[in-house]
Amino acid sequence: MSNNPLPELVCPAGSLPALKAAVDNGADTVYLGFKNDTNARNFAGLNFDEKTMAEGLHYAQSRGKEVLLALNTYAQPGRVQAWREAVDVAAGLGVDALILADVGLLAYAREKYPDLNLHLSVQGSATNYEAVNFCHKEFGIRRAVLPRVLTLAQVEHVIKNTPVEIEVFGFGSLCVMNEGRCWLSSYACGESPNTVGACSPAKYVRWEKNPGRMDARLNGILIDSYGDQENAGYPTLCKGRFEVQGETYYALEEPTSLNVLSVLPEIVKIGVRAIKVEGRQRSPAYVTQVTRTLRAALDSLKDGNDRYSVKPSWQAELTKVSEGHQATLGAYNRPWR
Amino acid sequence: MSHFTIPTFKLPEFVAKIGAHLPQWPHALALVSGLNTAAKLKLLPEDSLQSLAGKTFLVAVNDTGGEARFTYANGWFRPVFGAAGEPDLTFRADLSAYLQLVSRQEDPDTLFFNRQLSIEGDTELGLVVKNMLDAIEWPPSVGRIPGLERLSALVATLPGRSHHA
Repeated sequence: MSNNPLPELVCPAGSLPALKAAVDNGADTVYLGFKNDTNARNFAGLNFDEKTMAEGLHYAQSRGKEVLLALNTYAQPGRVQAWREAVDVAAGLGVDALILADVGLLAYAREKYPDLNLHLSVQGSATNYEAVNFCHKEFGIRRAVLPRVLTLAQVEHVIKNTPVEIEVFGFGSLCVMNEGRCWLSSYACGESPNTVGACSPAKYVRWEKNPGRMDARLNGILIDSYGDQENAGYPTLCKGRFEVQGETYYALEEPTSLNVLSVLPEIVKIGVRAIKVEGRQRSPAYVTQVTRTLRAALDSLKDGNDRYSVKPSWQAELTKVSEGHQATLGAYNRPWR
Repeated sequence: MSHFTIPTFKLPEFVAKIGAHLPQWPHALALVSGLNTAAKLKLLPEDSLQSLAGKTFLVAVNDTGGEARFTYANGWFRPVFGAAGEPDLTFRADLSAYLQLVSRQEDPDTLFFNRQLSIEGDTELGLVVKNMLDAIEWPPSVGRIPGLERLSALVATLPGRSHHA
């Protein structure tokens, strides 16, 4: 075990109670978004207006925690001003950093607020150190969040070749991880995370109860049909079961959650600067459960402890809140590249 | 909020059989009083309330046979009596799941993935309701849900309850 500092634990907040739950349960940093399409969790009733954001900032910062603002969608044609205004408001409120994907917005923020920390969002889709270093040279980014497509060895390779802090995902729902480039949701309903800030927006979703099964439809398209005892997932195209050449199965991806508990010592060892928890759309209960579990796991690695083992109670807590009730190491441990 | 953990349990079937024959208005009345109190204390955001206007909701408790129908109009939640057609949004779950939800012990997505909570009808409306309840900042004076701790201690003693890890 190396003596690298423990990575920051970066936790999601879709509401003020969720932000407080993250701070109270051991997050070093929370990330949040405005109530509009400038962020990729633009769901009805979720997120912060200026008043609640100011309150959240005060709550976190007065307790020594950082607050990051996700402005991680792409400015849409004719409406660029809305994204620039979001940068202005966030800078005025005193967030600790902006999480940006759009290079135009990165340039705007860098020019107008030279002292504001900028993080490259996972939606920026930088999977190699050249891309990360380009954003460092051009926009002076402090940190980059890597897409969930790299093996641990590849993450280490990026870290060794960049001065930029590297953040990786540690827990949460997985998608096809074509981050910043996925239009599957638009194929079904004309709207996707990069355009309206939401994948499979709820207004297109219908859960239909039928005898012995529950059907999930997205804009009328049958995504999946769950037996009464089967665990369900989010109604996205990538997690649906489809008939392909006479066989019906998860043709793209199974509903599952990423969980790095078993490789946490390696993540610390290779010098990852921050670990992110997905789930701004989830409730304060989820934030509490996941934050306290990862906090306990990280704390057990303090002082270069080399006797780390995953406690069954941590695994049980995270498995319970997982989508599809199962967890994976995702790309971190896949044998092929 | 609560020091007690509310276990996952299912009441015996006869409870639902009896419950379904009992008058349903007390459930609806209790629920709308709670919601109106929250609205009066300005705990519910105005923009979310506006999207509830004119909609009808059904909250069904599977293992008690209880149902509450209500609507939101002119700034008030009020019960809807009698069968009033298809509600815009229906939640169905066992009593334990609702108790876990209101005490913020479990996340609705978790309960939904695990098939302990079902949502039918207008999904976006469901999300508004879920996010509205999640965003409530309970003032210290109402920070504890009255009777909940006593109730959870009571259900912990029920025979036949089952734990799910």
